[in-house]
Amino acid sequence: MALMRYAEALNAALREEMARDPNVFLFGEDIATYGGVFKVTKGLLEEFGAARVRDTPISEQTLAAMAVSAAMTGTRPVLEIMYADFMPLVLDALINQASVYEYIWAGQVQMPFVLRTQGGGGAGAGAQHSKSLDALIAHIPGLKVVAPANPADAKGLLKAAIRDAQPVVFLEHKLLYNMRDEVPDGDYVVEIGKARCVREGGDVSLFATSRMVVECLKAAELLAAEGVSAEVIDLRSLRPLDLNAIKRSVAKTHHAVVVNEGWRFCGYAAELSATIMDHAFDELDAPVQRVAMPDMAVPYSEPLEMAVLPNAQKIAAAARKALA
Amino acid sequence: MSNLPSLELRLEMHRRMILTRRLEESLGELHKAGKTRGPIHRCDGQEAIGIGATAALTRTDCVTSTHRGHAHYIGKGLEPRRIMAEIMGRETGYCRGRAGHMLVADATRGLIGGNAIVGASIPAATGMALSFQIQGRKDVAMCFFGDGAAQTGICHESMNIAALWKLPVVFMLEHNHYGLTAHHSAQSSIEDLSVRGAGYGIPSVMVDGNDVLAVYQAAAQAVERARAGGGPTLIEAKTYRVEGFSTSDMGGYQDAQEIARWRERDPIRVSFEQLKKEAGEARLLEIDRQATEDIRHAVDTALSDPYPEFEVFAGSLAYSEVC
Repeated sequence: MALMRYAEALNAALREEMARDPNVFLFGEDIATYGGVFKVTKGLLEEFGAARVRDTPISEQTLAAMAVSAAMTGTRPVLEIMYADFMPLVLDALINQASVYEYIWAGQVQMPFVLRTQGGGGAGAGAQHSKSLDALIAHIPGLKVVAPANPADAKGLLKAAIRDAQPVVFLEHKLLYNMRDEVPDGDYVVEIGKARCVREGGDVSLFATSRMVVECLKAAELLAAEGVSAEVIDLRSLRPLDLNAIKRSVAKTHHAVVVNEGWRFCGYAAELSATIMDHAFDELDAPVQRVAMPDMAVPYSEPLEMAVLPNAQKIAAAARKALA
Repeated sequence: MSNLPSLELRLEMHRRMILTRRLEESLGELHKAGKTRGPIHRCDGQEAIGIGATAALTRTDCVTSTHRGHAHYIGKGLEPRRIMAEIMGRETGYCRGRAGHMLVADATRGLIGGNAIVGASIPAATGMALSFQIQGRKDVAMCFFGDGAAQTGICHESMNIAALWKLPVVFMLEHNHYGLTAHHSAQSSIEDLSVRGAGYGIPSVMVDGNDVLAVYQAAAQAVERARAGGGPTLIEAKTYRVEGFSTSDMGGYQDAQEIARWRERDPIRVSFEQLKKEAGEARLLEIDRQATEDIRHAVDTALSDPYPEFEVFAGSLAYSEVC
């Protein structure tokens, strides 16, 4: 085990996979000379050279389309899109290109690329640099979508994503990059599609990904002080979803709160809620409670931003409502 | 004439143009008979570009195509019978009937593939060229796109990146003067789009898109430059779409005299005139007869081929795991 920051864990994953496979290459805005605006790619240009670590023009739409076609022709591109808010620019590449070819071309091509991006609020970055667009991305068939909540998963899931034969969208969170925690030594790979029980509990299940897992853990502390035992499940992968982990936890607690930092309407939390209805309705003692971002732009001013972001207090309140 | 290809190659390009034309004509008839599904985008009058440009490629070079790609398919060596089967939605088609006429791919021949999002062929080829460069492969990527696609943002982005990184890509612009129903003059203030190449530092040439030999020679030079590490080339081939946008086109926006003028310069006729002295008219007519028969046979076979059975898609992602 080694203590690592989330950003360092991602960096280690990239370094190890580039050393392991010469067909892995990185490209994106400000990732080479500067090492990435969040320093995830720091030092990799020096280590692997300019052919495999490339600064790019500001051309997200084309870069994403290039990742798709480069992956179809023998390489494993890892593209960094600086903010998740820029993902609307790459949607054609994901929706009309990457997601269709495996099926319509009857298995003639594989597309082993990773699109890394980071989203989320809380840093005062304003309405165009603070969003979580999880639902928009997870809606697309043919992609895997993962969102690690800690350094160990950041490393293990990124290594798995790079090795995956399918396109993987890798969602990081700007407020997690400095989180420091233990990361297992060696070739640590975390299977995509497996949730993780972060905290066991018997009264209510809290389901989340990314930074919302941290808020769920704080909520579980608040609830524990009130004598409520909350279980926290880090889904880790938004697609494919670990259905068994969800069913198992609901069968144990009979109460569920689903949390996502993105918009509430047609949001990822709504998908989780519907999934629980589909598969564990008989286990529920109360309606599923949703915690999400209100359907509005992320405000800039700190008190305004804090008022709209999902947090531990809102999650605890939702749990109390489920248990009422 | 510089880099004049062998007579055999010139005759083969002539044959492939005729194959393409007969395929398009057959599709027109099948559409009238109600036997096609969805819109079909014929390339009548533009065959010289797809056939001439692909003749400069090897089997492992890659092509990204458009919604109007039948000449690209035939040029890249796909069999008319399996192209036709794909268009008719049959199991024997290149994509087992899943793709249809706009999206055909045959990865074994480097056609990856048709693309019905206007402009999307451009970054696709650029990405393949990046992949070849990183792997140290000597292959070249060629994208076909039209004057309509030349107005997209991704065209600009791709050309900038390709020049910046000296990627082995050939930008093959089929300037057929129409983006769906809108004339080129309603889409750009300049007539010759190849002038844009200078703005990216990309060598650019303009050729007669109805002269298969001229297209071949420009493409061969561009391919050679790309393969040698000299980066991209933009080739603007001027041509004209003599049939409508698609089989669902109601018409009424193209000038009849303009169409007639371009029909005079039919690329197959141009090629015939170029070859008749050297090859003899009898040989050219025999090529036409054989190609016509080959397409008739391809159509008949495709029409009697089986439809695919629907099966739940078992891709490597269990897409519907939560349904």
